[in-house]
Amino acid sequence: MSSLAQSDATAGAPAASRKGRWGMACLILTESALFLTFVVTYLYYTGKSLSGPYPVDVIEYPTVLFNSVCLISSSFTIVLAVRALARGRVALFKVFWVLTMLLGLEFLVGTAIEWKGLIEQHELTLSSNLFGSTFYSLVGLHLAHVTLGVLVMLLITTLALFGRIRREHAERLEICSWYWHFVDAVWIVVFLTVYVYGV
Amino acid sequence: MASSDITPDASPPRSPFMDWARGWMTTVDHKRLGVMYISSALLFFVVGGLEASAMRAQLSWSQLDLMEPGTFNTLFTMHGTTMVFLVGMPMLFGFANYLIPLMIGSRDLAFPRLNAVGFWIFFFSGCLLYYSSVGGEALYGLAGMPDVGWFAYAPLTAINYSPGNGPDYWLLFVLVGGIGSLATALNVVVTVATMRCEGMTPLRMPLLVWMISVACGLVLIAMPPLSAASIMMLFDRHFGSHFFDTQGGGSAVFWQHLFWFFGHPEVYILVLPGFAIVSEIIPVFSRKAIFGYPMMVAASVCIGVVAMGVWVHHMFTVGLTAGMNSFFAASTMIIAVPTGIKIFNWIGTMYGGRLHLKMPMLCCVAFLFQFLCAGLTGIMLAIAPFDFQLSDSYFVVAHFHFVLIGGLLFAIFGGLYYWFPKATGRMLGEKLGRWHFWLFLIGFNVTFGFMHIPGAMGMPRRIYTYQADRGWEIWNVISSAGVVLQAAGVCCLLVNIIRSARKGAVAGDDPWDAWTLEWATTSPPPEYNFEKPPKVHSRRPLWDLKHPDDTDGAYE
Repeated sequence: MSSLAQSDATAGAPAASRKGRWGMACLILTESALFLTFVVTYLYYTGKSLSGPYPVDVIEYPTVLFNSVCLISSSFTIVLAVRALARGRVALFKVFWVLTMLLGLEFLVGTAIEWKGLIEQHELTLSSNLFGSTFYSLVGLHLAHVTLGVLVMLLITTLALFGRIRREHAERLEICSWYWHFVDAVWIVVFLTVYVYGV
Repeated sequence: MASSDITPDASPPRSPFMDWARGWMTTVDHKRLGVMYISSALLFFVVGGLEASAMRAQLSWSQLDLMEPGTFNTLFTMHGTTMVFLVGMPMLFGFANYLIPLMIGSRDLAFPRLNAVGFWIFFFSGCLLYYSSVGGEALYGLAGMPDVGWFAYAPLTAINYSPGNGPDYWLLFVLVGGIGSLATALNVVVTVATMRCEGMTPLRMPLLVWMISVACGLVLIAMPPLSAASIMMLFDRHFGSHFFDTQGGGSAVFWQHLFWFFGHPEVYILVLPGFAIVSEIIPVFSRKAIFGYPMMVAASVCIGVVAMGVWVHHMFTVGLTAGMNSFFAASTMIIAVPTGIKIFNWIGTMYGGRLHLKMPMLCCVAFLFQFLCAGLTGIMLAIAPFDFQLSDSYFVVAHFHFVLIGGLLFAIFGGLYYWFPKATGRMLGEKLGRWHFWLFLIGFNVTFGFMHIPGAMGMPRRIYTYQADRGWEIWNVISSAGVVLQAAGVCCLLVNIIRSARKGAVAGDDPWDAWTLEWATTSPPPEYNFEKPPKVHSRRPLWDLKHPDDTDGAYE
């Protein structure tokens, strides 16, 4: 019985999953072009602010490094989650999935704390200088993508809690996880641009 | 049937009109969406054409005062924006939508609902743009519509130089419309990659599928920089950021880079579908297989790649370095090579063929001549010192209208005559078609052919009027006279479409004796396209079917 259902599920899968894979790949391509534009903008305007606060004065590493570690490790936990689901271990999937979501959430909260400091202590805003304009737009664009990812994960968590996520969905979740890996990879580029090169 | 008629139905009977409207508004069928894309594009084409006619009337003689100078600015902004984003791109997506699933033998696009989303986003983005005429501060008599040119250069778009909401409508329109374009482009690429029927290997796909895929790939890469730039501009205008604010250290030239990094690939996004249509029509009406198929594919991909490295030729007069200007002058000349290969291949296809000069073919022959002229003036403008002299003059206006009307629009006309029978089951009238063709052809060449001359004499673009002693009047009045012929031509086309859709000669499945898969199904095709998934063995599946003794596979 279960073997029959499984073969049915795999029989219909290839065409649909190929579409999903190509669709996600195209989305990642076009999103890369979007991020690249903001990264190039950041690089172009690095060191061109006419007045402070300048990056050297305001950038602090502890929070952002902790955030980065959380976000990067969420890429590993999401792989573990999808693998667990592919092997039919739904409970383990839920654990890793929720963990991934919490790590993403930590990134959001951590960045909020960082931004609060920047805005209140250093009075760095979108309008203070070019550094502010480029910093908030680039990091903010990435943050918007993390937010979207966390919302989608919340949706899938809810479905999982109602028992709607089963083994046959592993492939779809894998395709979703590409988006998350992409968001992580973009963060590495953003980090190198803003916190390493830009300082 | 009878049993369903007497089934008790709680809901009140609906009018046939509501059913009809509901059918179109809720459809996810690629053929209906294709027709909707093309019809909306034609609607906006008429609007954009009226704007152009008003401008030509104002410029037809020196010191005319038919409208306010501000209105003139609004007109050229809206004309450019409309023709590029609301006519050219939806035409691309319309033809892509209608033809690609039929040509590769699939049931629909990869994501049908996303397809509908893409269409409605496009349609409402157009409504948003035109809503600017009544929305915002326009109600209080201030300039509501954008009047900053279709490329919206900084710093004119800064909040202190353009205080109204016009640029905001333009920026939001670009942002929203961009999302719709991305959705549909993604859909097309995924469809071509994953939904081809059995035997349809990449090198057996019709050239239209190849070229439109390349154009959609370009949309995916070139559109986001414009979206990013619009976001930055909106931030500059409303949140006080400094991206393009030179007083805050920003750079107005950077906007130009971002805009043209989108803007030049956009030219190829628009014109590749034109090439695509021509590549389908010329072989059928020459009764020969396309000459140099692999070279055509390679040239298309090559154009797609090089198109992303030529944008600075729009900025030669900005004052960039000599090295930069030389590099982009060279890359601009290089992109003429694959384009030239295509022209030779089309001529090679016609050479020695048995030409049938029906309406679709007639449009393609006109395309060849006019696109060649556009290419030649393009090479002239690629030479940076020559461009210094003529940039921002009517010579440039004439050049790119030869590209977009002489090239793209004539190809679209050809496509309309060629596939109208497939979409409606009826032929588009040949006699009225000839009137349309010759009126428009003559009108177009009168308007834009003669427009090169005042441009070379130094008449700048985007001027509201000019002085009497420049010697430009005679050329301008000739240009304006051509508009009358073009408008008459377009009227013939519209009347022809409306009349033929009802009373045209019945077409049958394959009126042109063509070779690609869309002609294998009925006209109009059923909702499921093909009864059985087709199987192809060569680039011309219908030729194989009609000539089983001499199939194509042996020669490929």
